[in-house]
Amino acid sequence: MDSWSRFLDTFFKPDLIRHYLPSIAAGTVTTIEIAAAIVVTGIALGLVLAVVRTFRVLPINVILVTCVDIMRALPPIVLVLLVYFGMPNIGINLPSFAVLWIVLSLVLAAFAEEIFWAGILSIPKGQWETARSTGFGFFPTLLYIVLPQAVRLTVPPLTNRTLAITKNTALGTVIGVPEILNQATTGQSFSGNATPLMMGAIAYVILFIPVVALGRLLETRFRWSRA
Amino acid sequence: MLLVTAPILDIRGLRKSFGHVEVLRGIDLSVQPQELVFIIGPSGSGKSTLLRCCNRLEEPSVGTIRIDGVDLMDRRTDINAMRRHIGMVFQSFNLYPHLSALSNVSLALRKVVKKSRAEAETLALAALERVGLRDKAKSYPSELSGGQQQRVAIARALALEPTIMLFDEPTSALDPELVGSVLAVMRELKQDGMTMLVVSHEMRFARDAADRVIFMDHGLIVEEAPPAQIFTSPREPRTRAFIAELTR
Repeated sequence: MDSWSRFLDTFFKPDLIRHYLPSIAAGTVTTIEIAAAIVVTGIALGLVLAVVRTFRVLPINVILVTCVDIMRALPPIVLVLLVYFGMPNIGINLPSFAVLWIVLSLVLAAFAEEIFWAGILSIPKGQWETARSTGFGFFPTLLYIVLPQAVRLTVPPLTNRTLAITKNTALGTVIGVPEILNQATTGQSFSGNATPLMMGAIAYVILFIPVVALGRLLETRFRWSRA
Repeated sequence: MLLVTAPILDIRGLRKSFGHVEVLRGIDLSVQPQELVFIIGPSGSGKSTLLRCCNRLEEPSVGTIRIDGVDLMDRRTDINAMRRHIGMVFQSFNLYPHLSALSNVSLALRKVVKKSRAEAETLALAALERVGLRDKAKSYPSELSGGQQQRVAIARALALEPTIMLFDEPTSALDPELVGSVLAVMRELKQDGMTMLVVSHEMRFARDAADRVIFMDHGLIVEEAPPAQIFTSPREPRTRAFIAELTR
């Protein structure tokens, strides 16, 4: 057997591809479901937290910033394991899907809050003052004048961060969420061959390349030359 | 100017401190309907702070400010409702970069005054017409010159039908060749009977459009007089020195 056919046999074995295609496909659907749920709740929560922070109520902001920093500092896998194996001991049994969704949503929310906050801070004071001078209250100013500008500025960093965190859905494998990597490793251990893992890798690429492209598109669309 | 009418703006005993620094040290000033009052003075004299106190963008430390008889400092006064009627134009224009000229002007009409989009846009177009930029309604701020941006900013304030307009160095950020277009708009506002309080160093404009010029220094009004008098024969030595410096 020459090395080229050994390579194909290790990573692209046709009968294994046929055999594991359904499970990898099912894993892909699961990954999409969790990733979509994380993106929606994580970004929404991050935006809400950033808005709460603008009210500058000291005790609330101290708690908020502390929690955000902890979420950003911890490796997500530590949180996943802690919640999944710790919570049952205090009587809370969460399905693995829910644990992964909640933990990664909170991590994304923490990063998104920082990104939105930086965006809000970067809007010049004059924008606030002008809006206030035309009769807008604090919250309407935030809603109609500051956030629309801040959100545009945050599209590139937010896209990057969202990608980085949704890729962490692969952590679901350690708590048995049947997502892509979980299906692939199962296939690998049953077949003793890396083909299922390669299929998993390809599934991730197919899944995330369009997201990267969409991020680029949004970046261009939301760019405007500032006066 | 006769003082029989009620003033539009009436400031009494206004003081403002930032930390230990007292920027305004007791200002009394009233502006009559349709009057154009010019404020001049060296930088740091407190003229911008005075202007910004007039709609409480700066919170006065002590004193009363009445706009059209309403006490701005009264806790019961709805400051957001008052600010609609106090037009303010800033040195740096501050147009909303994400909105077209039309939306810049109509936004407060829609969201603050709660007019329908159609009604707000009709009023906004009329305001843009007054500043000569109706044809730029669809343009974004980045597509406009500085002078055009400032005129849109004036239209934005004007659309809310202010009882008084405050101008904070409206031409200082403009290239010299663009200043004229903004001053022309201000001159027209004056002719239409707008009450205006202007912080600016445009002496020629002050000379032919202002009713009264106020010279401020170190947080106090040093001298006030009609422009002809203050520019040719100022009473106070400090005023004289400042005018001499400006016209040098």
